[in-house]
Amino acid sequence: MIELDSLTKRFGTIEAVRGISLIAPDGCVTGLLGANGAGKSTTLRLLYGVQRPDSGRALVDGIDVASQPRLALARLGVLPHNAGLYPHLTARENIRYYGQLQGMSGVALERRIDALADMLELGALLERRTKGFSQGERIKVALARALVHEPQNLVLDEPTNGLDVLATRNLRALILRLRDAGHCIMFTSHVMQEVAALCDEIAIISGGRVVARGTPAALARGVPSGTLEDAFVAALTEGASP
Amino acid sequence: MRALWTVFRKEVLENLRDRRTVLSALVLGPLGAPLLFALMMNLSIERGREHDDRPLQLAVAGRANAPNLVAFLTDHRVHVEAVPGDAAGAAEAVRSHRVRLALVIPDGYGERLRTGEPSRVLLYTDTSDTSVGADRARAEALVGAYSAQVASWRLAARGLSPSLMQPIVVDQIDVSTPMGRATTLLGMLSYFIVFATLMGGLYVAIDTTAGERERGSLEPLLSLPITRRSLVGGKILATAAYMALSLGLTIATFALSLPLVHLDAYGMALNLGPRVACTIYALMLPFVLLGASLLTLVASFTRSYREAQSWLAGLVLIPTLPIMFAAIYQVEPRLGLMWVPSLSQHLLIQSLLRAEPIGTTAVALSAGCTLALGALLARIAIALYARERILG
Repeated sequence: MIELDSLTKRFGTIEAVRGISLIAPDGCVTGLLGANGAGKSTTLRLLYGVQRPDSGRALVDGIDVASQPRLALARLGVLPHNAGLYPHLTARENIRYYGQLQGMSGVALERRIDALADMLELGALLERRTKGFSQGERIKVALARALVHEPQNLVLDEPTNGLDVLATRNLRALILRLRDAGHCIMFTSHVMQEVAALCDEIAIISGGRVVARGTPAALARGVPSGTLEDAFVAALTEGASP
Repeated sequence: MRALWTVFRKEVLENLRDRRTVLSALVLGPLGAPLLFALMMNLSIERGREHDDRPLQLAVAGRANAPNLVAFLTDHRVHVEAVPGDAAGAAEAVRSHRVRLALVIPDGYGERLRTGEPSRVLLYTDTSDTSVGADRARAEALVGAYSAQVASWRLAARGLSPSLMQPIVVDQIDVSTPMGRATTLLGMLSYFIVFATLMGGLYVAIDTTAGERERGSLEPLLSLPITRRSLVGGKILATAAYMALSLGLTIATFALSLPLVHLDAYGMALNLGPRVACTIYALMLPFVLLGASLLTLVASFTRSYREAQSWLAGLVLIPTLPIMFAAIYQVEPRLGLMWVPSLSQHLLIQSLLRAEPIGTTAVALSAGCTLALGALLARIAIALYARERILG
């Protein structure tokens, strides 16, 4: 479970995050929906500890990221936006590196890598150097890397960016499988259809604030037309006006 | 600690597969530096020999005034060429660089010599042309020698011993050992060793910092439950490993290739056996850690691979500067200089090559100060990675 409690973050004069509070429970896909620059990525960065909030807290399974980062981060799998791989290492070596940094080793680690390769259908790619991998192939390896230590919680920043239709479908199926296995999944997107297809719970973010939240159906019911798109637009315009 | 070794192993492996790193760390530095050095040595030895063997080119105006002097010069390997005209013509010839040295023998020369008055000759030269210095000294010495000969004939003709004119004789006694003479040339050896060592770690330092950021692999890495100390420490040690390898190969190449340059033929010997080579390696190890920290720290500040490259290319020159000065000004090893990294290693290496003893205090001071500075830079690098702005 991930809890964000009144997070704020400012860069110079820009208030990127202005008091975001959110709970993402286990067995549930929580989507952060918002336009580019709404503060989604910053919110996630505050969660996985590469940036520190000015105020507020981020908790992973009840553990404060700021005060006990190593404990909290061990329970988190992270796929940042445009995550890069090591081109001179094979897919397996890329995944193994993260496994080892998460404290795994030996046969158990190799078995886990094999299992992830099966799950993500990496096949022969596993033993190839990642130089020249397609965007879809790279995302798969980066995802395997994020999942290697079997984290209870998974954070994905714009995971479907640059993926083709088939790869997007596969990723969706995987996310749903992980949810059904009881994991807590939080992901961001600016593509509304994607959020609608995947999320059990949506938080619409605009100007560094949560301007609307609920299930896709509940959000859609809030506007006369009954579509999520109109709900999104309505939330954004409300959020923009003071 | 385990994370540190994981990072270290991965960076070493990854860079081993990078052709650019391998080329610069294991081939260019270790082979290029000794090669360049041997070339420089040969050139400077050849030039030294050339100076002595080469006939001296001397333009002489008014040679008919002093046939004996000209004959003396010709006997002493002076190639005399006649310049037409007088003093003004000779001055013009030197000024316009048609000739480098011009000796003018005035018309009254023979007459004055006969009457026993000082006879003046004029040597025209351009002192702003530094390359002519050795030739000028040779010409002056030859004319002086002829003058002394004439003086001793005069004394002898009057029944006096020529030694009357030499109440004091200066005898120069050279106490330099063949090894000591070699080091004036080999003063640059440690320069090349330091340079090759830094080059060995250059691309690793860039790849592990600016490269990591440019690839977008830094952000997921920083979201892992590992300390910044392990992360940065592993990276610095990986850079240090390549530098240590580069250093070892460079010293080995020097030790193997320098005996091929025939130093003994020039009265020089070099104390660079296996023992000394290993001692140099050990003396340089603290510098390896300092260099790795320095390269990693500076590369961490840069935004891209390219930017890091241009910064570090200039940076590797800084540690070589004190060595350059020391080599040029022939700085002698002193305990008071041992706190300066790179300079202290240079001075210690010089002592070793000259087969002079090196003090334990000097070695301890050199290693201690170098390591302390290295540790400080490493701490700054770690602090840098703890800042969120590292993601750029």
